[in-house]
Amino acid sequence: MPDEQAWREIAIGGTEINPGSTERVNTGAWRSEMPIIDFSRCTHCMICWVDCPDACFEISDTRLAGIDLDHCKGCGICAAVCPTHCITMVPESSVPVKSSESGA
Amino acid sequence: MTTKQKASITLPAPLAINGGEAVAYAMRQIDPEVVAAYPITPQTFIIERFSEYVADGLVSTEYINVESEHAALSACVGACAAGGRAQTATSGPGLALMFEIVWVASGMRLPLVMHLCSRALSAPLNILCDHSDAMAMRESSWIMMFGSNPQEAYDQAIVAPTVAEHPDVLLPFANVLDGFTVTHSVERVDVLPDEDAKSFVGEYEPERWALQPGGGATFGGLDANDFYFEHKRQQVEAMDNSLEVVRRQLDKYAELSGRKMSLVEEYLLDDAEVALVVLGSSEGMVRAAIDQARADGIKVGMLRVRLFRPFPVADVRKALSGVAAVGVLDRAIAFGAPANALMQDIVMATRTLPERPLLMDFVYGLGGRNTPKQMFREAIDHVVLAKEQGAEPESPAYLGLR
Repeated sequence: MPDEQAWREIAIGGTEINPGSTERVNTGAWRSEMPIIDFSRCTHCMICWVDCPDACFEISDTRLAGIDLDHCKGCGICAAVCPTHCITMVPESSVPVKSSESGA
Repeated sequence: MTTKQKASITLPAPLAINGGEAVAYAMRQIDPEVVAAYPITPQTFIIERFSEYVADGLVSTEYINVESEHAALSACVGACAAGGRAQTATSGPGLALMFEIVWVASGMRLPLVMHLCSRALSAPLNILCDHSDAMAMRESSWIMMFGSNPQEAYDQAIVAPTVAEHPDVLLPFANVLDGFTVTHSVERVDVLPDEDAKSFVGEYEPERWALQPGGGATFGGLDANDFYFEHKRQQVEAMDNSLEVVRRQLDKYAELSGRKMSLVEEYLLDDAEVALVVLGSSEGMVRAAIDQARADGIKVGMLRVRLFRPFPVADVRKALSGVAAVGVLDRAIAFGAPANALMQDIVMATRTLPERPLLMDFVYGLGGRNTPKQMFREAIDHVVLAKEQGAEPESPAYLGLR
């Protein structure tokens, strides 16, 4: 919703009637740690894809392809559940890339 | 009380039930999709009777036994957001435990109904009636209507969902009934035939709900400094709208039931020089005190505020115009405030009257302290003295305090 809408112009009670509104918000800006995938050890078991609370894992042709860092909040669940320990959480400040430019 | 009887309808025989049972009877007729409540004195009659209706298969309600009042109101919020009609009932400390969700329900604009059986807030522990629970929710954007006897407990319960669910309102509704005095007093209660009650209340048809097929909605999302302010302003408008909706629904209900209810109820105010203002069940004893004072030649009347939120300012102003001195009866203390709750409202409602009445506040009946006729007679005498002296005495006075 554009910020300039006045009180008579918005849905009552903060109800969101347009599905997918979260996609428009860059919640990844909160992140303090970023998951880095070592694809040389990834078996594409998809456990991270199942467990990610923000559905950030990107799939391409039945294989793990990357992470949507605009919405990854850096919770670290993927790193904790990965059976091959191929996901590492690194401090955001140590990674010199913009969220939207890289997923892996 | 007159009962207007339609030729084609046989009214059910009057019942001898208490206020709690009267509410449960109304809830049976309304048959909400969900009732979630946690037992607490003096609300227990409502949910005991209602859970019997559930057990006997007389309603289709999903009755949820919850682990606390916080959960009870949360369940109602969820049920209402999911598209169902939901009701709960509680008292004093139960309301206090609900308090986070009290604001959630109104902020999410969910038209659920709570029957609040007024009870003092602890500590010290007290299970008896005063209005400290109700006054704690008066700024929470709930419509609040105070009944004064079991009949009104029933009547207001039937009207409640029709106000809350009105498209111009969409706010939760508290049917406030004095604990014990109303909830536990057995009186004659006239009820509507089931089909009349059901057709008056109608079906709940929300414009949007969370589990709507073909496109639901998200309720209770994050609303930070960008939109929260705007949503609160919407609640102000809904509250303002609700006043005339309440008036219309009470009138519509009167046509059906023959029982007239108004936003404020007046007693012998037309020629009154002094008056008492009261909320809730003490109305009856105040009337008795007024009758006694009238017999002694004192021109005194009563204004009872039924609709407390939104406060019917215009109705109160009109009723009190021409009255020289007014005593306001507060059954809760607003600690540290310049005046107690009802007094604050009466001060604001009367401040622009051409001849503003002298006002004095009385605190009474805290923690179920007895409210005899003689006590209200003393209040009348105080107000008469203020009128004769032409000055507002120090306020509040504490009636019945040792």
